[in-house]
Amino acid sequence: MPQALEGSQAIARTVALCRPQVVAAYPITPQTHIVENIAKLVADGKLDCEYVSVESEFSAASVVLGAAAAGSRAYTASASQGILLMSEVLYNIAGMRIPMVMTCANRAISAPLSIWNDQQDSMSVRDAGWIQLYCADNQEAVDTTIQAYRIAERTELPVMVCVDGFTLTHTLEPIELPGQDEVDSFLPPYAFARALDPARPLSMGTLVSPDHYPEARHSHHHALLKAQQEIIDADLDWAGVSGRGYGGLLRIDGGDTAEIGILTLGSVMGTLRDARSEHPGRDAVKLIQLRSFRPFPIEALQQACQGLKHLVVLERALSPGAGGIVGSEVRAAMSELRDAPMIHNYAIGLGGRDVPLDLYQTVLDMVASGGINRFSILDADLEKLPPEDR
Amino acid sequence: MTDTDDKALLKQLRVEQPRFQGIVSGHRACLGCGEALATRLVVEACGPDIMIANATGCLEIFTTPWPESAWRVPWLHSLFENTGAIAAGMEAALKAQGKSTKVLAFAGDGGTFDIGFQALSGMLERGHDVLYVCFDNEAYMNTGIQRSGSTPHAAMTTTSPPGKVRMGKRHLKKDIISIVAAHHIPYAATASVAYPSDIRQKVRRAMAIEGPTFLVIHSPCPLGWGHDGSLSIEVARLAVTSGLMPLIELERGELTGAMPIRTPHPVSDYLKLQKRFAHLFADDPKAREELVHLQALADYNIEKFALHSLGDDPQDTDGADTVTRGGMRYA
Repeated sequence: MPQALEGSQAIARTVALCRPQVVAAYPITPQTHIVENIAKLVADGKLDCEYVSVESEFSAASVVLGAAAAGSRAYTASASQGILLMSEVLYNIAGMRIPMVMTCANRAISAPLSIWNDQQDSMSVRDAGWIQLYCADNQEAVDTTIQAYRIAERTELPVMVCVDGFTLTHTLEPIELPGQDEVDSFLPPYAFARALDPARPLSMGTLVSPDHYPEARHSHHHALLKAQQEIIDADLDWAGVSGRGYGGLLRIDGGDTAEIGILTLGSVMGTLRDARSEHPGRDAVKLIQLRSFRPFPIEALQQACQGLKHLVVLERALSPGAGGIVGSEVRAAMSELRDAPMIHNYAIGLGGRDVPLDLYQTVLDMVASGGINRFSILDADLEKLPPEDR
Repeated sequence: MTDTDDKALLKQLRVEQPRFQGIVSGHRACLGCGEALATRLVVEACGPDIMIANATGCLEIFTTPWPESAWRVPWLHSLFENTGAIAAGMEAALKAQGKSTKVLAFAGDGGTFDIGFQALSGMLERGHDVLYVCFDNEAYMNTGIQRSGSTPHAAMTTTSPPGKVRMGKRHLKKDIISIVAAHHIPYAATASVAYPSDIRQKVRRAMAIEGPTFLVIHSPCPLGWGHDGSLSIEVARLAVTSGLMPLIELERGELTGAMPIRTPHPVSDYLKLQKRFAHLFADDPKAREELVHLQALADYNIEKFALHSLGDDPQDTDGADTVTRGGMRYA
């Protein structure tokens, strides 16, 4: 029976269903409702865990690192500046191969200061070595959070579940929350083979000389590549329990006859799906939702894009001075195809700029008009800028 | 069996009984490293049921060159500035699991006074059951002797060099113990590697307390301070007997104990053994001024903590000696 829940509340209640033993967090908009809701669940005795209200995001990430290493299932959440502040710890967690889950309530990065949604924060730590999963709606955020714990604990890799700030976190949607027995049947109790234990003393986080460092990096890289199968399996198995699946690494709407593909990640996909469903020429367009950005599913993407003549990549972040981040990676993946589609790369919705339904028609028009767009910020109104900045 | 036989047997058993060693030999510390010795004393006094969060620094580097490790207790190094938070996370995890293993945090003065200060403060404020030990060698030794917030006034480091217009570090050593004590934690103390039995006593006290406890151990660095490795204990002892490094205990922010000094030594006795203070003994009015200043700092400590003893206190700086109080085996 679906309930009307705010995204943050649904995520908080889902986290509780996963039975974390240690939660550490520092407040930052738009993540706050998630951690407030978890604090209330703890205060009401509905979630039995150590809730550590730390003095910074740096310590939030450090507390969950220490907790997971000491053998407890751990959770944290952050956004924006918080992700950047904890970035050193994020690399450390992943490099030590410590399993945990965090929610990133995606938000823009200052300056200029913006509390609104884009994905510059999680994109800035794409190379930290975490698995990154992006959710299109709040139901997916719920289901992905549960899957994330299983993926993390089976691969010994941390998982970041990326949820667009405000667009999802502060939006009420009808949501099906799973039962505790369903989650328990899917997610066994936390067991970390390398947990610190006085009975079996281990040294973790040691100094590694050039004699061993490249091998450690190789092992980490390949662990992420291999995690693709775990992401697919977790999605399939959870679909078996809940009846809801999301396609594993990618979710594809549309058939093989399509000649135009639109690829994006996060909540923009919801807008595109609605637009496509009402569009007369929908069979000509295939929507590709990139669920897993890390690991980056090159083979799955190549397969999904076979036969396309044009591929539009829409993303909510950029690498200033280079262009699109996802666009660049998709372009590289497509370069191996014999008949690679033309890639059109746009950033949209930066700093919370509204992404309207007619975005769909707009990008189709741009494709139809010919030419190729290597990268631009689609909705930037250059009239607002002084001439020398346009 | 007579009483004497019993005593002799007991003594023999004590000598023969292997001591628990949480950190074993073979690590790569320099000769005369005060930090290595202090670490061994602390871990021995704790016993095996512990878990250590270790900050980046010499201790982490010289004990764990992969694939080797000198540690025989669970040990984790994460980063430089988050040791208090890592320890807090471990403690929260063990609490959630219903385990009584004690968590320790180890960091140098850089990781405590400077870059890890915020995480330490947060850990103390939240009341985690952690013993935080700072091995204070008064500079960033691991990176090659740079000034830290703990470097004493007028000391030479590579980033506070003396020259024509400067006399070493321009600022005072940060009063970390007062800052820590201001969190009103159950127990905070200073110690010195020159007084091993005092370290053991303080560690055992801290281990018995549930809640955050803090110990800062003055630990000479022969390389960074510029003295022979064989002089580490003597140098450390002179820091205490000169009054520059008072050994004190504070409970809930109140001073509750201080090791008295039987014979206060002039600070110059301490300073002249170390090359980092050599510029203070030049024929220069600025150098003479700094010497007077450092002596005044020591005199202030002696007066503030009433350190000068009458000579009949068995716990004073001469009485609490390594040899007469058991040394290696009798802790």
